[in-house]
Amino acid sequence: MSDIKFTIDGKACTAKNGQTIVEAAKKSRIYIPVLCHFDGLKPAGTCRICTVKVGGRFMAACTTPVTEGMVVENDTPELQEMRKQIIEMLFVEGNHMCPMCEKSGNCELQALGYRYKMMVPRFPYLWPKRSVIADTPKIYLDRNRCVQCLRCVRDVKTSDGKNVFGVTMRGGKAIISIDKKLAAALSEEAALKAMNQCPVGCILRKEIGYKIPIGQRKFDTKPIGSELEGK
Amino acid sequence: MGNISEIVKKSASKYQKDPTKMLDVIRDVQAGLGQVSQEAIVEIAKVMKVSTVDVEGVVTFYHFFSEVPVGKYSVYLNNSAVSVMKGCYDIAKAFEKEVGCKFGEVSSDGKIGLHYTADIGMNDQEPAAIINDVVFTSLTADKVKAIVADMKAGKNMQDTIKDFGDGNNQDALIKAMVKNNIQKKGAVLLAPFESGSALKKAVAMTPEAVIAEMKTSNLRGRGGAGFPTGMKWDFTRQSPGKKKYIVCNGDEGEPGTFKDRILFTERAEMLFEGMAIGGYAIGADEGLLYLRAEYMYLNKYLESVLDKMRKDGLLGKNAAGKKGFNFDIKIQMGAGAYVCGEESALIESAEGKRGEPRNRPPFPAQRGFMGKPTSVNNVESFCSAAKIILEGGAWFAKMGTDKSKGTKLLSISGDCKKPGIYEVEFGTTIQALLDECDGKDAKAVQVGGPSGVCINKSKFGNKICFDDLATGGSIIVIGPNRDILEIVRNFMEFFEEESCGWCTPCRAGNKILLHKLEKIMDGHGTESDLKDLEKWCVTVKSMSRCGLGQTSPNPIQSTLANFREIYEAKIQKGQEFVSEFDMAAAVKDSCAFAGRKPIVEGH
Repeated sequence: MSDIKFTIDGKACTAKNGQTIVEAAKKSRIYIPVLCHFDGLKPAGTCRICTVKVGGRFMAACTTPVTEGMVVENDTPELQEMRKQIIEMLFVEGNHMCPMCEKSGNCELQALGYRYKMMVPRFPYLWPKRSVIADTPKIYLDRNRCVQCLRCVRDVKTSDGKNVFGVTMRGGKAIISIDKKLAAALSEEAALKAMNQCPVGCILRKEIGYKIPIGQRKFDTKPIGSELEGK
Repeated sequence: MGNISEIVKKSASKYQKDPTKMLDVIRDVQAGLGQVSQEAIVEIAKVMKVSTVDVEGVVTFYHFFSEVPVGKYSVYLNNSAVSVMKGCYDIAKAFEKEVGCKFGEVSSDGKIGLHYTADIGMNDQEPAAIINDVVFTSLTADKVKAIVADMKAGKNMQDTIKDFGDGNNQDALIKAMVKNNIQKKGAVLLAPFESGSALKKAVAMTPEAVIAEMKTSNLRGRGGAGFPTGMKWDFTRQSPGKKKYIVCNGDEGEPGTFKDRILFTERAEMLFEGMAIGGYAIGADEGLLYLRAEYMYLNKYLESVLDKMRKDGLLGKNAAGKKGFNFDIKIQMGAGAYVCGEESALIESAEGKRGEPRNRPPFPAQRGFMGKPTSVNNVESFCSAAKIILEGGAWFAKMGTDKSKGTKLLSISGDCKKPGIYEVEFGTTIQALLDECDGKDAKAVQVGGPSGVCINKSKFGNKICFDDLATGGSIIVIGPNRDILEIVRNFMEFFEEESCGWCTPCRAGNKILLHKLEKIMDGHGTESDLKDLEKWCVTVKSMSRCGLGQTSPNPIQSTLANFREIYEAKIQKGQEFVSEFDMAAAVKDSCAFAGRKPIVEGH
C-alpha cells in the first residue's frame, strides 16, 4: 500500500497505513511533545500534551491515525500555550520536588518544564496527600510524582497476562496502585523495565539510585526533543 | 473470613467466573457484606483469576461500591443542585440528628450509614434518597424520623413503602413511592402503544428498509449529542463481522434528567421493541440494556417485561415470528458513575471494568462491546425508533424544526410549580416551557444539565433543538432568589467528583477551575482571576479526551457569558492581586492550643 500524504504545519509528510500522527511526525523529524506515549505501547492518550489541531478540532496526536490529506497544526502559539498549561497542571496536581528526586535529569516531565520555559506554575499547588508504596522487595512507588501516564499499567504484566499495576479511585483522586504479591514476583528485567519506562520518578528500582550523577543525565545536556530536531 | 470466601465463591460461580461480570460479582459482595474489604478484594481476584489491583480499581471507581463499611442500611441522599434547592441539607441534618452520626459516617453500631450521592433521577420529587435500593422521595423531617425508626427497628425497607406512585409504580414488581409526573403527552413517546406492533412491522421489512425509514425520519440521538440514529445503525450494519451488539444507554446521569425513568416505567415494551428493531437492522442477535444503579428498583419489573415478551414470541428464537431472527436482551446493572453515560465508558463498564472512555478511533460501530461492532443508543431513541417504524419516517419528520425532527422528552425541575415530564416538539421556546411548568419568575434556566448552558432572560425566546439549545432532557428552572454561583459550584464539584481521572485537563483542570471559582466566591478574586478562569475553561474543553471534560467548564463559561455581573460584583475592582491566604485562619488552631491571640495585621 502506498504511503499516506499529509502535512504538519505546512510541511509535507508521509505515513504508513494505521500510523498515528506522533509516529509519522517522528519519521519526518518533527517534534510533537509527548509524555504518556511510549514507543511500542498501545497509545493511551492520558496526558494530552501531544494535542494538535486537525480541521479545527483538537485531537491527541498519539491516538489519532493519519488519514490521507490530513492538515495538522502542531507548532502554533495557541497549542504551545495550552501544552504549557497541561505541564503546569501536572506539576501542581502532584508533589514534584525536583532537587531531591532520583529521576532529576532523566525526568521527562522536568525536561518538558524546561523546554516550555515554565518558571512557576500559574495554577495553585493542590498538595495532594499521596502515600508511598515501599513494601515490595524490588521497586518502590513514590506516588507523589506519578503523572498517570499508564505506561506501567500498559506494559508490566505477569507471564499469564495479569496486570501488576493499575489505577484505583476516580477523578482527582485517581492514583496508580500495585498488586503487591505480583510485584514481589517481578523478574529483575521486568522491575528495571518498570523503572525505565516511568517518565518521572514514581517507579524506582531499589538499591541502584544515583548511579549516574546529576549533571550527566539524559536531559542535563540536551533538551527533550532535540534528538529529533537535530539541534 | 469464611463468610467472605463463601460469598465470593457463590457469586463468582453464579457468573461462571467471567471477568466481564466483575460488576455483578462485586455488587453481590457489597450487598452481602456491606463493604468490599481488602480481604474480599484479594478473594475476588483469586477466584476470578485477575490481579488485586484490577478488582480494587473497579471497587474504588463506582459510587455504590465501598472498601469501608457503608452500613447495614446505607442512605444515599442526593445532593445535586435541585435537591439542594429543595432543602436537601435540612434533610441531611434531620438524618444526622436521628441516626446520631454525620454524613460520610456510619453509626457506631454499624447499622446505618449516611452518604451523599450525585443525581438519582428524582429531581421532580426532591429531596430524595435511595436506601438499600429503595427510593424515598419528597423527604421531610417527619418522614426522615419515621424512616430512621424503621431502620433502627430492622425493617425491610421495601416493606415500609405503603403509598405507591401512579401508573406502573404500583406494579407488584416495582411498588415504589415514585410519581411519574407526566405533565404533557406528545405524539411519539407518550402516545398509546400496542405491544408487539412495531417489531412485527419491522421484521416484515428488510433491515435495509428499516434503516432507510430511520434515515427518512432524521431521528437524532436523544442523549444530547444528536448523532443521526439511522446513520449509526447503517455504519454498524456495514461493519465487518458476524457478531454484533445493540446496546441501550440507560444511564441517564446528567443532573436534572429523569425522562428515561418514565420510559422504563411506562414504555418498557416500546423500548425493548426499539432495541429489537435496532438489532434486526444492524444484524445483532444480542441486546444489552445498561441500567444505572440508581434505577435498581425497576430491574425486576424490566426483567418481567422481557420474560413476557419471550413468552409472546417477540424475543428469543425466531423473534416476532421472523425466521432466523434470533434476538434476546439482557440487563446489565451499573454501579454509580456519571461518566458511564459516555458510550465507550458504558461499554467498558458493561465489560466489568472501570468506566473509562475509550480512545477513538475505533468507534463502537467498528469495535464496541466485547470488541464487536456495536450501536449504543439512548432509551428515548429506541422508543422513538419503534414509533417511527409504526407511523413512518415521513410522519415523524413532519414534527419539529428543520434540523431537529420529532418530539423531545424533557424533564423539568427546579423553581416551577409543575415539575415533571413534558413531551414537546423540537422548536419549543424556553418561555413556552416556563409558561407550561409555571416557572414564570425564573431568572435563569439551565438547559441540558450542568454540561449544558445556563441562560438568562434575554434567551428565553430561544428554542429547544440541536442547533440552538440542545439538551438530553434536563431543564432546571432557577428562581429569582437563587445564588447562581452556588449552583455553579455544585455543578463543578459534581464534575470534579465524576471525572474518570484518565486525562490531565479533566482530572486536574476541573479541580483548578473549582478552586479558582471558590477564590472568587470568597471575595479574593480580581479582574485577572476572571481572565484566568475564562482562559482555563478553554484549555480544559479543548484538551480533554471525552465529552465530560469537553463540557465540564460550561457552568462557569456560560454564567461568565450570561451572568457576568454576578462575578463582577464578587471581585475586588482595580486590584491586581489579592492574597487568598488567610493568616488568622491558618494560625487559629495553634493559637487556641497556646492560649494566645494572634498578632496579625488587620485582625
